[in-house]
Amino acid sequence: METQVFKVPDSFKKDFKYTFCPGCDHGIAIRLVGEVMDELGIRENTIAATSIGCSVTIYDFLDMDSIEAPHGRALAVATGVKRANPDKFVFTYSGDGDFASIGIAESLHTALRGESISSICINNTTYGMTGGQLGPTTLMGQITTTSPTGRNVEYYGYPVKIAEHIALCDGTAFSARVSLDTIANIKKAKQAIKKAFEVQLQGLGFGFVEILSTCPTNWHMSPEQAHERVRNEMMPVFVPGVYKDVTNI
Amino acid sequence: MSRIVIDSSKCKACYLCIKECPKNLIRVSDKTNKLGDRVVEFSDPDGLCLGCALCATRCPDLAITEVYKG
Repeated sequence: METQVFKVPDSFKKDFKYTFCPGCDHGIAIRLVGEVMDELGIRENTIAATSIGCSVTIYDFLDMDSIEAPHGRALAVATGVKRANPDKFVFTYSGDGDFASIGIAESLHTALRGESISSICINNTTYGMTGGQLGPTTLMGQITTTSPTGRNVEYYGYPVKIAEHIALCDGTAFSARVSLDTIANIKKAKQAIKKAFEVQLQGLGFGFVEILSTCPTNWHMSPEQAHERVRNEMMPVFVPGVYKDVTNI
Repeated sequence: MSRIVIDSSKCKACYLCIKECPKNLIRVSDKTNKLGDRVVEFSDPDGLCLGCALCATRCPDLAITEVYKG
């Protein structure tokens, strides 16, 4: 007698096929979103506001309603959707460039207003879709196509620590940073996504998860080396953890 | 007997699953995908698979579509 212990989440479209580069952690993050949507039974009631970048393709894979926002404005559009349809579950899925560079005003103010929205930000320290330019989260010394000598303070300033900034906002109910470099961390990431979704369902405020992810193509690394880099270079700067959780005070 | 199901059409040959398997039951096959990369295959003649689903949890392309524990 065999029991099924893993399956493609029901929230996925039947004929989906990921279009990400080999080894890209976006696929894992989207699978976790699908699994959480299955567990909470919210797929039929969900509207996603999507970003610009590799993360936009989430609506090609998950069988849900979605609305395309201009670059960086996913949370502004999500605010409108949620206020017009308070019964719907509304979430955004964006990259660090979308969330924390061009859209940092919209993102921070959504958290400050305490909108009942869940948001996921994929942090891979670069602009993946457009060819690996310097982004807001690019690490010090990191070489990108627009920082050929490495990021330095004098010219580029410091990387933004998104989860900490969101946690400082009074309207935030949950803010965490997770990683996908090991199986244990993937399981923790799923718990964090679930929590960020649950605070919206409970009407507690803004739920946020920053996911440390890889971009093997633009980092010029193998998928395995990319996970090593997440562990050795990213996690000491972007420290994983729960930075705010109003349900746990 | 535990087993996994691999959808070769989704495999992009990143080989992350090979390192993840505690019993080394996943290997590079002779079959290629559309890009010419050699996809992985599951080989378990001795019935060693634990059904732990570590490979499926790691696979970034959901190419390991089902895991059965028996």
